[in-house]
Amino acid sequence: MDWPTVAARLFGNEHAIVADGEFLGGTAAFDGATIAVVGTTAHAAVGVDLALRQARAILATVAEFPGRALLLLVDTQGQKLRRRDELLGIHRAMAHLGCCLDLARRQGHPVIGLVYDQALSGGFITSGLMADACHAVPEAEIRVMRVPAMARVTKLSEELLESLSLTNPVFAPGVANYVAMGGVQSLWDGDLAAGLRAALADRDTSDSRAQEGAQRGGRRVAAGVIQRVLEA
Amino acid sequence: MNVSFAECSARERLTAIVDAGTFREWLPPSARVMSPHLAQLGVPAAFDDGVAIGCATLAGRTVFVAAQEGEFMGGGVGEVHGAKLVGLLRRALRDRPDAVVLLAESGGVRLHEANAGLIAVSEVMRALLDVRAAGIATLVLIGGANGCFGGMGIVARCADTVVMSDIARHAMSGPEVIESSAGAGEFDSRDRALVWRTTGGKHRWLSGDCDVLVEDDPAAFRAAAIAALDVHRPMTLAALQRESTLLQWRTELAGEGADAFEFWTRLGVVDARTVPDLDADAVRARRPAAVAALANGGS
Repeated sequence: MDWPTVAARLFGNEHAIVADGEFLGGTAAFDGATIAVVGTTAHAAVGVDLALRQARAILATVAEFPGRALLLLVDTQGQKLRRRDELLGIHRAMAHLGCCLDLARRQGHPVIGLVYDQALSGGFITSGLMADACHAVPEAEIRVMRVPAMARVTKLSEELLESLSLTNPVFAPGVANYVAMGGVQSLWDGDLAAGLRAALADRDTSDSRAQEGAQRGGRRVAAGVIQRVLEA
Repeated sequence: MNVSFAECSARERLTAIVDAGTFREWLPPSARVMSPHLAQLGVPAAFDDGVAIGCATLAGRTVFVAAQEGEFMGGGVGEVHGAKLVGLLRRALRDRPDAVVLLAESGGVRLHEANAGLIAVSEVMRALLDVRAAGIATLVLIGGANGCFGGMGIVARCADTVVMSDIARHAMSGPEVIESSAGAGEFDSRDRALVWRTTGGKHRWLSGDCDVLVEDDPAAFRAAAIAALDVHRPMTLAALQRESTLLQWRTELAGEGADAFEFWTRLGVVDARTVPDLDADAVRARRPAAVAALANGGS
């Protein structure tokens, strides 16, 4: 789904979201309140510049509009793979972005993630995965790597990985698997505005993804291991 | 200096950092809390899933500590490995030790169980920030031969203090990954000098991404950890605005296509070309004051 479609289905014409290159920013009216929108588009490769740009937009919202809800629109092919970005500390820029989102949460801003297209590895860790909860549209694509690439890197056969992935969501890409693992809280199917409304109504900001992964059966051991450490 | 911190195993590093005989491990290898996914794949697993966690004292103060083993799956974060780190951090939030010390050595997400690893890394990140926000000092020591990359590279920079040795590396994507994606002309992974001046401890110190630079020596890491036990960088709006401004300044200063030497010179480092030949002490003295503002402790 492209971002203008997402914006129209969420906000109708009542929005001032604009794309500037791969950066998305702006505001929209929703149920009588203003929502700040920050994100990326065009399968953005998130490098230092794009991470810092998103961070600035979040800090500006925290500084000027205390408590305003933040909607993160996620479409990323992952981190930018360039020597310049490594030289300039892309890990620092991404950590900074994650810290800004964490600050927003602590200051009382609802932080909602929505994967409307692609969410791959590094670009996802400091955006949607740092939200209070991350949601996705059903046609979204979420993964670290595809099965053939995974087979190559791990030196395991594609057939083995494909067959195991039928019963274990850990092995295969796909938005449904991320829901089962608790990484994606819910799918917004059809009425996107209803999805956003429900997300905004849920003010629980604790990280319950491991428990959800256990309850949904997609990530069966993490919650138990965390509990064992607490009791050791 | 007769032992290399980089050549130590994770457990040797951990033992060398904390007060002798004080480490008490949670979910030790004897508990055999292992990755179910590696077993399904028929890949050899580890009894501790590549990370040791527990409590100890450091200079008599209570610390929670974790050490990642780079020799097992490159220190990659799988479901169990990540959950052990999250458990340690949540326990820290509950029990309030003086500090949490993470001896990071990781390639990031473990690709054999990548989906779970990706979520786990973000859980570690949120849990670490909870601990930091609670006013408990968070320290990451990066000195393993495999460096600290990917999601763990991001997690590390969320801590109050990052300590690196001059031979350690801290970055996002490994040079091999960038080379295979963008070609050797973009980043030649076999050019060790280029790799180290792009991602190594000296570079991270000179450009402000590393707070303490030490020699590749367990005693030096221990001393740096003790010194950082009371270092807190509260994550306020003002602090993050300041960091934002400084990171923007640094990025604009570098421009496009700059090599490390040119970047260091623009940052104000004197005789940038000689940096690779200097020891950690000498490099420490070269960091310009403007850059020090990006790190804690200054100088």
